[in-house]
Amino acid sequence: MSLEHADVQRAAHLARIALGDDEASHYVDDLGRILAMADQLQAVDTKGVAPLAHPLDSTQRLRADEVTETDQRDHFQRCAPAVADGLYLVPRVVE
Amino acid sequence: MHDKTLTELAAALTAGEFSSRELTQSLLGRIDALDGELNSFITITAEQALADADRADQARAKGEAGPLTGLPLALKDIFCTEGVKTTCGSRMLDNFISPYDATVVEKLKHAGTVCLGKTNMDEFAMGSSNENSFYGPVKNPWDLTAVPGGSSGGSAAAVAAGLVPAALGTDTGGSIRQPASFCGITGLKPTYGRVSRYGIIAYASSLDQAGPMARTAEDCAWLLGAIAGHDLRDSTSVARGVPDYREELGASLSGLKIGLPKEYFGDGLDPNVEAAVREAVRVYESLGATVREVSLPHTHHAIPAYYVIAPAEASSNLSRYDGVRFGHRCDNPKDLIDLYERTRAEGFGEEVKRRILIGTHTLSEGFFDAYYKKAQQVRRLIRQDFLDAFEDVDVLMGPASPTPAFDLGAKKDPVSMYLQDIYTIAINLAGIPGISIPAGLAGSRPIGLQILGPYFAEPQLLNIAHQFQQATDWHRQRPALGEENA
Repeated sequence: MSLEHADVQRAAHLARIALGDDEASHYVDDLGRILAMADQLQAVDTKGVAPLAHPLDSTQRLRADEVTETDQRDHFQRCAPAVADGLYLVPRVVE
Repeated sequence: MHDKTLTELAAALTAGEFSSRELTQSLLGRIDALDGELNSFITITAEQALADADRADQARAKGEAGPLTGLPLALKDIFCTEGVKTTCGSRMLDNFISPYDATVVEKLKHAGTVCLGKTNMDEFAMGSSNENSFYGPVKNPWDLTAVPGGSSGGSAAAVAAGLVPAALGTDTGGSIRQPASFCGITGLKPTYGRVSRYGIIAYASSLDQAGPMARTAEDCAWLLGAIAGHDLRDSTSVARGVPDYREELGASLSGLKIGLPKEYFGDGLDPNVEAAVREAVRVYESLGATVREVSLPHTHHAIPAYYVIAPAEASSNLSRYDGVRFGHRCDNPKDLIDLYERTRAEGFGEEVKRRILIGTHTLSEGFFDAYYKKAQQVRRLIRQDFLDAFEDVDVLMGPASPTPAFDLGAKKDPVSMYLQDIYTIAINLAGIPGISIPAGLAGSRPIGLQILGPYFAEPQLLNIAHQFQQATDWHRQRPALGEENA
């Protein structure tokens, strides 16, 4: 499956990474070669093979739905770029 | 002091030959003298290390020292360490002071170890040469024109250069074993789930695993015992007892069945590496092992499968870096989307962006089945290759890397860099453990022998590596780096 300039721009948009046109052109080439390598997988016969998500085939362990964490908001917000009154600050979304 | 193993240092501390403070000071002096050139550390925590060393010496004076009390270590800068800058080699986290400790860091603190600092690495553990770090490349202590390997290149170089006797690394596709091989040290990737991933900055969560990097298998056994175990905070960590790995060292290798995967001795394997690996296998035969050829028929699909699965997981894991809660934030964002897009464009380096873009593309509508699902199916076939092989043999042996360390700047094309990991990557997809031990030199550049075992065979792997180190002295070879001034 070949990769177009628009595919790279679409992925960059979905990944929320600003990408100039020149940069996107550079990635078209790189990503195209990586996908060409990934395309080798199409030759493998995987009929009837279940996908493997966890090497030990483990399933998610469940625990009782109880509060176990303490409130450490101030501690954790110390490394935030901008906070006020315990809230994270971002540019205004709704005018 | 800098030439001793952890085991030897522990004996010297117990015997009172020197204190933990003296040892720590001596190593900090060596880091100061040599690391300007090597660049193996991102952060040196000298003050804290000396305070911890004093605490260790006091504990010893009161008769309260444990086996690891006062021993110096370094941590790859991927382990969250409370109150210490934890960058993951990225501009994105250049200002990140972790508010908490990773489980393994907590365990090492409780054991009384002294952390000298955080080691350099490829950004977000994505790389095989340590050239993708925001903090600049690390040099290989054996040859300053060569890479140390990656992504745990700083940990490997620091141990090889005698800046620290042992360090922790992480391994998602070979990031402990390949740099261990390039730097002539011993590095173990445990079974997936053996060591808690809590507080380890995530790259590809179904592949990531932390492990020890040291001069000997015996030291790795000791460290693994200290960091392994079930952790409620990592739902993928395995609820299974931790053996005393050092107790397991010493069993005879008589009757050990070794398999040599024929796919690991094919095109592209450097003749020096092949000769060293085959010579190491002959040493094992002299120790009573038998050897046969085996096949892992899906070996060549491992790299393509990995470069679908790992970037897919990375694109999801790295979505957390949004400039809102921690880490880098761009200046003067005009709106929220601009904040995200410019923060991420500025904070991530080229290789990280490449993998996020690949992962985002392959997971997007219309491509998911062809890439991600297919790669997960191939992953099962790759794992089955190993399960089949371990029906016939106890362990597999082969090279850790197709070549010794390559030159800095030699691999500019990402795909040629990815192909370096041909012998290590399948092990992560299967989740089995593997260890690389020094087994020769090509000129001045070390060669690593890789030994692979079934799930939770760490005791056997460590013993097999230990027996080799009892019979040979490749692990005692040291680079000639700066001995005159340190």
